[in-house]
Amino acid sequence: MDQIIVQILNGLDKGSAYALIALGLTLIFGTLGVVNFAHGALFMLGSFCAVIMSRILSASHEVAVPGETDFLGNPLTRDQPYVYDWFGEAAGATIVDWAVPISILFAIPVMIGVGFIMERGLIKHFYKRPHADQILVTFALAIVLQEVVKYFFGANPIQTPAPDAFAGSLDFGAWLGFEPRTIMYPYWRLVYFLFAGVIIAAVFGFLQFTTFGMVVRAGMADRETVGMLGIDIDKRFTFMFGLAAAVAGLAGVMYAPIVAPNYHMGMDFLVLSFVVVVVGGMGSLPGAVAAGFLLGILESFASMPWMVDKLPGINQIIIYLVAIVILLTRPRGLMGRKGVMED
Amino acid sequence: MLGLKKTDTTLFLVVMGLTLLAPFILNPFPVESGMAQFNAGYPDLMQRFVIFGIFAIGFNILFGLTGYLSFGHAAFLGVGSYAAIWSLKLFALDVVPAIVFAILVAGAFAMLVGFISLRRSGIYFSILTLAFAQMSYALAYSVLTPLTGGETGLQIKNTDSPLLSNVPEGEIGRASFLGLDMGASQELVLGGWAFTFNLGYYIAAVAMLIAFYLSIRIFRSPFGMMLRAVKSNQQRMNYTGLSPKPYTLAAFVISGMYAGLAGGLMVAMDTQVGPERMFWTASGEVVIMTVLGGAGTLLGPVLGAGFIKYFENIISKINKDILHQWFAVLPDGFEDVMVSLVYPFVGKGWHLTLGIMFMLVIIFLPGGLLQGGQKILGLFRRKPQPSAAAEADGTKPAE
Repeated sequence: MDQIIVQILNGLDKGSAYALIALGLTLIFGTLGVVNFAHGALFMLGSFCAVIMSRILSASHEVAVPGETDFLGNPLTRDQPYVYDWFGEAAGATIVDWAVPISILFAIPVMIGVGFIMERGLIKHFYKRPHADQILVTFALAIVLQEVVKYFFGANPIQTPAPDAFAGSLDFGAWLGFEPRTIMYPYWRLVYFLFAGVIIAAVFGFLQFTTFGMVVRAGMADRETVGMLGIDIDKRFTFMFGLAAAVAGLAGVMYAPIVAPNYHMGMDFLVLSFVVVVVGGMGSLPGAVAAGFLLGILESFASMPWMVDKLPGINQIIIYLVAIVILLTRPRGLMGRKGVMED
Repeated sequence: MLGLKKTDTTLFLVVMGLTLLAPFILNPFPVESGMAQFNAGYPDLMQRFVIFGIFAIGFNILFGLTGYLSFGHAAFLGVGSYAAIWSLKLFALDVVPAIVFAILVAGAFAMLVGFISLRRSGIYFSILTLAFAQMSYALAYSVLTPLTGGETGLQIKNTDSPLLSNVPEGEIGRASFLGLDMGASQELVLGGWAFTFNLGYYIAAVAMLIAFYLSIRIFRSPFGMMLRAVKSNQQRMNYTGLSPKPYTLAAFVISGMYAGLAGGLMVAMDTQVGPERMFWTASGEVVIMTVLGGAGTLLGPVLGAGFIKYFENIISKINKDILHQWFAVLPDGFEDVMVSLVYPFVGKGWHLTLGIMFMLVIIFLPGGLLQGGQKILGLFRRKPQPSAAAEADGTKPAE
């Protein structure tokens, strides 16, 4: 029993990342009808927002340490971040420590901006072109984005630690009445899961309970009629693209402490996220979220030692296997609507 | 000639001339000159030109004609490679059985994958092929290690004793063609120029010419017409009482066999194989080659493969020193500015250049570089001749 709980918990954080990326992909697909292969690159850009922010916050200058000299008799210097000068030693240290959560504030406008530029500058011109062209151009854009990041940040992963407050692990088993220290779960992963839950709830709430969201949903169902009612649906869809980019970016920001950002992490996630979207059903937002968590948890179950003993290699292929089975038995995925992407 | 129309015969003869004379054409600069780094006439690179040419021609039969975008074609290349290396290790050191075996195994695997994947179309098909390829990659990397050598891959070892070949005790067998070593090369030195003729290259080149010829025949056949019908309007095809499934499956298997041929030839050249050959980026590469050259055209894929492999090798060799040499004529400060402007795009930044080029081609030239060439030719031609116009129409990908 405790093993099962451990695997479910382990699957949650990866599942959250899948769900967030798949949610963004589905938003773009449902509104604009574009298959965005650059979405993984947006996730990657998000996690590099965290890297940039932590570099900005720890930008430092040399100050002399009063009363101490090195062995040559010169005054000893040390690096001191500028934030220490501005906010004082204690507050400055906290700010540097909390760089990753702070970068959320930085990432939201940046990612919405990136989304706007992408949609207005490039993808707008591809609505009338075949789906294959859309896939190819966004795939090319993903290559360009990742190579630009590689040029500026190098090919090695960059460690971006979570705040010290979340450093340890939660003894989850003790809560539920198991032996202490049997079910351990790192705090940051718990934070990530809760964060993903908040974002998903926010996106759904936004679509469900605001007038803007209502118009967008109407546009997803029947774009032409909404246009005839005198609403400029294109403008709202562009905003939705920005929103989807921001969701992917935030998923990336918060994922930075879990996996050190590197330039190809987007591509690694993209392939799996597409599988998630297709399994959930193209164009279905709840489907994308459900499939994300489902596949994340399944993947972690498949990595259990006795599972790998019985079926070697199952942990590597489980997601693809599930995708193949689901696509063949339920052509529209778990919750796909009729008539989406079937031309 | 050979059952081809006049224009196709010309095209085929041009390609044949280019491939057979490649050692001359690709080495236009004397060895000692500063331009020698642009020479591409060394065997290793020439082999890659024709092998990836074959791969792209095969991919084009599927994507260019039927419009089914497979994102997992590298799996067939990898499976073919593994089949070929096992044939070299166990059966004979001759490359012919190895290549035949590679084609057959890749074809059988393509039959299996195609049978399942082709039940869906559009993005679903792409994801299914991608899933199969990633699965093969993951399995080759982990569980199938006894069969694939896992991370280290497979090579011919000194413990291998193929059934039909005698390898002296303790020596590593070498791939051969009718007893001739695949690596055998003949150097021809003419003045400052040096040309290398390599047996392996010519075997691959002949294989590519055969592959190219077959692809012309497929393009012009009633079967090719059916494949185009699948691309332009599958529903209408259904209404006329034709099932597209056998045609698309046949195209899928054929293109899988082409990939197997390419994989077998790769093994014949370097007698080694690793799972990274099946990774999805390798599948992406062949998509880029085909689209860059011109999907749905005869010459496009070969052109795209050659173009990408040439620039991959040449551009990635350029470093800062070479750039400084180039811009040495400029004033000092300006030279540094130019070098730092160009540097991100060369050397390790080659993929950036490729990505930008790929984007520009998709945005402005949906028909690929070939269409670009035709547009430029069209500017110089005052009145397009009727036959040329028809040719241009024929090669444009159908909507």
